[in-house]
This record gives sequence, structure tokens and C-alpha cells, in this order.
Amino acid sequence: MTTELVKPTAKYKGTPKGLEGDRAVAEAMRQMNPDVVAAYPITPQTEIVMRFSDFVANGEVDTEFIAVESEHAAMSSCIGAAAAGGRVQTATSGAGMALMWEVLWVASGSRLPIVMHAVNRSLSSPLNIHCDHSDTMGMRDAGWVHVFGENVQEAYDNAIQMVRIAEHPDVMLPSLHAFDGFIIGHSVERLETLPDQAVKEFIGKYTPKYSILDWRHPATFGPMDLQDYFFEHKRQQVEAIQNALAVIEKVGKEYGELSGRPYGLMEGYCLDDADYVLVGLGSTMGTAKVAVDMMRESGAKVGLLKIRCFRPFPQKMITEVLGKRKVIGVLDRSISFGAQTGPLCLEVIASFFTNKVSPNLVNYVYGMGGRDIVPAQICQMFKELIEIGKTGSTDPVQRFFGVRD
Amino acid sequence: MVLDLKLENVSVEKDLLAPGHRLCAGCAEPMTIRQVLHAIGEPVVVGSSTGCVEVTTTPFPFSSWRVPWIHSAFENVSSTICGAEAMYRSLVRQGKMKDEGIKFVCFAGDGATYDIGLQWISGCMERGHKYIYVCLNNEAYMNTGIQRSSATPFGAWTTTSPDGKASFGKKVHRKDVTAIMADHNIPYVAQVSPHAWRDLMEKARKAADCGGPSYINALVPCQRGWRYPGEKTIEVCRLAVDTCVWPLYEVIDGEYKLNYNPNPKRPVKDWLSSQGRFKHLMTPENAPIVEQMQAWVDLQWQRLLERCRVA
Repeated sequence: MTTELVKPTAKYKGTPKGLEGDRAVAEAMRQMNPDVVAAYPITPQTEIVMRFSDFVANGEVDTEFIAVESEHAAMSSCIGAAAAGGRVQTATSGAGMALMWEVLWVASGSRLPIVMHAVNRSLSSPLNIHCDHSDTMGMRDAGWVHVFGENVQEAYDNAIQMVRIAEHPDVMLPSLHAFDGFIIGHSVERLETLPDQAVKEFIGKYTPKYSILDWRHPATFGPMDLQDYFFEHKRQQVEAIQNALAVIEKVGKEYGELSGRPYGLMEGYCLDDADYVLVGLGSTMGTAKVAVDMMRESGAKVGLLKIRCFRPFPQKMITEVLGKRKVIGVLDRSISFGAQTGPLCLEVIASFFTNKVSPNLVNYVYGMGGRDIVPAQICQMFKELIEIGKTGSTDPVQRFFGVRD
Repeated sequence: MVLDLKLENVSVEKDLLAPGHRLCAGCAEPMTIRQVLHAIGEPVVVGSSTGCVEVTTTPFPFSSWRVPWIHSAFENVSSTICGAEAMYRSLVRQGKMKDEGIKFVCFAGDGATYDIGLQWISGCMERGHKYIYVCLNNEAYMNTGIQRSSATPFGAWTTTSPDGKASFGKKVHRKDVTAIMADHNIPYVAQVSPHAWRDLMEKARKAADCGGPSYINALVPCQRGWRYPGEKTIEVCRLAVDTCVWPLYEVIDGEYKLNYNPNPKRPVKDWLSSQGRFKHLMTPENAPIVEQMQAWVDLQWQRLLERCRVA
């Protein structure tokens, strides 16, 4: 099983720019030109709504922008707008996503292809505005397609791909892409943006099957659904989100042909001969690549698996890629209190169990509330993995990295 | 849509809320909805909050709605329907859709309006979405089993404000959401009651034509929760208005206008004694509570007359 993606020749030449993640996503939104955006400002997502408001004020988009009074209202308006048959987007972070929680389920249960730009932030209490994944991990069972980006370029690229994934007839689900608050959201990086025309062609036109504005063919949206039908509707949602696996790969490949940057469900780094592998999500994967290079210099057979697609979770591919390694460390930037490990590690363990493999595995919880993580610390994790390879002892399975005891 | 609001016209027009729904006999909600929809006609998009109307008109796979209808959650029908309204404006402005004058209407209970949903309504009013918000006000959480809301009147029994040895029922007066909405400086606000059907329908039309957000507060007696025989609904409506417990008035661009001045003005006790939820107030020891209620209604009425500049 390879995680290598063939890099095709790009159809369009990109324009190099230096932008923060938030501004890059706002730029992608300008190029996508959604019919309605409903959003509320919250750190560290605020820059997105500010930049997008500028585009609206200058007539650079056709969007009806609803500057709502809360995130719950943002998602509620997105639901009404999406049911009315056009393209709808929003953006949020941390506490804002938590406030939306109730209606995130309404959006997915109503099969509305809303796109969300999620800038990861911790959840209170205590109050903290910095990055961890508590917010999007907290809604991981809400029925949304959920991918993570590593850097500004990926945040931009994912933003554009989500529209195609969400609106695919086999999926028809709300979809979000997450990227780390401040670390990506507020950091200037070099990226290449596509020409406006390329984005327009890529996302194409959206024609929904039903719309509440089609008053000549009235439809009832969001009815009461009891013991006799509810379960079947939930079963349909399960199928839809599983269908997203193939769609995410197809859209990622097409996006590669457009931009020269193909995307899959995950990305390996120095994996081919690696015995000791770290698995994770988000911006730390960039840091971990540096750590892999440092460890490789001293001859250690280490590698990295970056998960892009978290929901649906690509359990088969994960097992195929990781099942035969000597020791695996899974990085979690959020905590599932009372569980044995963080959410990502739980998924990896479940995948191994389902597919009847049991490599040595530990879980590293790190970076809560924006706590910094540097290559030397990740090298330390690799050294622990190598040590586990010698002793065979994975106790304790959950380890907290970079925290004062 | 009937142009001339006459019973002989309305009675032969197709109902946009179909018969066969599961609301209780004697419920004032379907009559209010039908009056509003007859008055404003198609094309119309309707939203409902979670509540009696939602659960009784849309038990999947059935729907009583002959118009597009959406439900999202309890507190957010305002934001949901205004999301659709924003999409309509966007698509029309971009030339992706013809402007056919689609109207957007919310029907929501008093719990969804006075309590859990107030913020969402306030936000939509402030932003100027063009929609009609109709509060179907039966003065308690009826769908969950008659719990008190902030629309429940002083002294009323509910399952969360029961009367007892140490209680005369709800201890505080209802709040005035009609005035709160008027103070949003929206173009049209009104109080209505379905017994005054022409008044209600004319007001629905004014709301639809006002060019901005509008709010209609409709008193909709609930025979189950108010404890009166189902055939008395219209009578109870009339009593509420004739006792000044539920005045009929409108606020057009900030100008208050009284639509009905009862003559004679009946004592509040007549209204209280018509419903079992106030039964415990009819004892000699609770006579001061009835007096307090009368004094409060008199004060509210006086203030309304001043606002309406009625001598």
C-alpha cells in the first residue's frame, strides 16, 4: 500500500502569494463566490469574516453576507439558505463551534451540503484562544465530512475541494476542513493560488434536487420522524459519509490535475522502509517532517503518516499502511476525557482491531491550548518508539508530551 | 389568494394547510395559520419552530403543508427562514432566479418566541430580513405538557407553576414581547386574535406588504392547557380582548394604533373564570390575587391607550 500520489502537470499556473491561513481561505471564498455566507466573528477565525466582508463591501463577490448575532444563528441561517438551493459557507472556531453543536446535526440530517472553514481552537474552561483540536473533535460524530490541512497551502486547497465533496450526489453532506488556529490561521506562508477562472471551472454549477424556493413543487424539510422511519434515515447518512471516501480521493486527484497538487486520504513521509511511525493531523505534521529528517540522518528507520481525512475514517487504508510496522505513535491534540486515548488514536486502534492486526502502539497527547511543539520533542517521541521496539512494553499507552507534571 | 377579504370568498379557497393534521380539536393554531395564509397567499415559504404545529403537521412520511415548509430546531426558526430569504435575495440579485415576490413566514410558539428563541428573532429583526414572524401564543409550553413560559400570565396554573398550599400559580407577570419587537423599530408589529378574523387577515397583509421585518403576536387559546371545553375557543379569544387582557393593536412605522376599544370593558375575572388554569384563584383567599391581576391589566391598558393617543 502506498500513500504516494503522482504529481501531474498542472493545467493552471498558480500565483505565488504570502498570506495567513485565514486570508488564504477568505481568498478561496472570494474565488468560489458562494450565494450566501452566514458567520459570526470569533478568534482565531475572525480574519476570515473580516476579509470576506471587504470582498462584499467592494462588490468583489455576489454573496449575500449575513453578519449574524451568534454561531448558532450562523448555522441556522446556513441551513435555511442551503435548503433554498444555493451555495452556502460559514467559518468558525472553538466555542463558536460548540455553540453550533445542536444545529450541526440538523445540517447533516437534512443532507445540506454546507461548507465550513474551521480554524481549530481549544474549548473553555479555562479560557484559551489557541490551537488544539477539541472543537472539531467534539463534533466528530455529528455527520460532517471532516478533513485537516497541514499548512496555508492546504487550507486554501481544501477549502476549494470541500464544495465538490459536499455537493457530490453520492455524498450530499455538510463538510468542513480544519486547520490550526494561529499556527496556520495567523501565520504568513508562501502559497500558490489558482486563477479565479480555474476555481470557477473546478467547482462548477450546483443544481440541487429540491429547494424550498421551488414553491410550485412544495416540499417539506425537517419533518418529525419517529420510531418508524428515523433509523432508516440515519442508516442513509452512514452510507453517504462512507461514499465520501471515494469522492474525496477523486476530487483530490482532479484538483491535482488542475493545480499540480494532488490530494488523497492521507500522506506518508519516509514511510517505505519505516519501522517506527508517528501518525497525526494538522500543522504538527510539518514539524514532524523536520524531525523525521533529523532522525533519518542518524540512520533511524522512522516515518510519518499524516491523516488528511478524519471523517469518514479510512480504516482499511490505515491498517494497510501501518499494520506491519514495529511501533506506532499516534499524536492527539485533543483529549477524550475518560477514554483510554485521544480521539485519533481510538480510531487507529479500532481500525487495527477490525482488520485483525496489533502492532505496538502508544498515544501522545500534546499541544493542548496552543502549547508549542518543536522538532526535538518529536525526535524524543521517535526515540521512545525505538525503545518500545526493544522492550516490547507500551505501558502507559497514553502519554502526555510537553506538560509539567 | 382572495383579493376581497370576505367569508364567502375565503371559505371556497384552497387551504394551504391541508386538513387531516393532528392538532387537537378546538386548537386556535390551525385557524390562525389558515387565516394568515389565506390573507397573504402564494408564493410563500413557511418555517416552523419545534412545537405542536411542527409535530402534528409533519409526521414523516406525511405532510399537511401545500407550500414549501422547513423546520430546523426549537429556537431558530427565525434565522432558518431568514437564511432562505437571504438566499432568495442573492439568487434574484444575481439573475439566477426570477423575482416572484416570494413571502417568508415563521409560525412559532410562545416558548420558542418569548424564551428560547428571543435572540434569533431579535437578530433577524435588526438585520432587516423581509419576513413575517407569527407567534402562536398559547401562553405555555403546550407540546411538552403545559409548562410555564415567560408568556404565561400571572396566577396561572401550569405543570411547572402549579398552585398549592404555598403557591397561587405563576408568581410573575408575562413579559411584553410585542412591545420589545416594536422597539426594534421594524415597520410593522401587531397583536391579533383569531376570533377577529378580518382584523387578523388585514394585519397579515399589512405585514406582508410592509417592506421589512414584521411581527404578529396571535393569542391562540389551548383547550388542553387552559382547561376549558374545546368548543369555547372563539369565546375565550373574545373574552381576552373584551377584558383588555389581550388588546388588539398595531404599530406601523413606530406609530401605535388601537384597533378595538371594548365597550363595556369587562372585568378580568370573567376571563379568569372561563378557564380551569385559573380555577384556584376563584376562592375567597385568592381574591387579592385577582385584584392584583385586574390592577396590572388596567395599568397595561392605560399605557397602551397613551401610546395609541386614545383619550
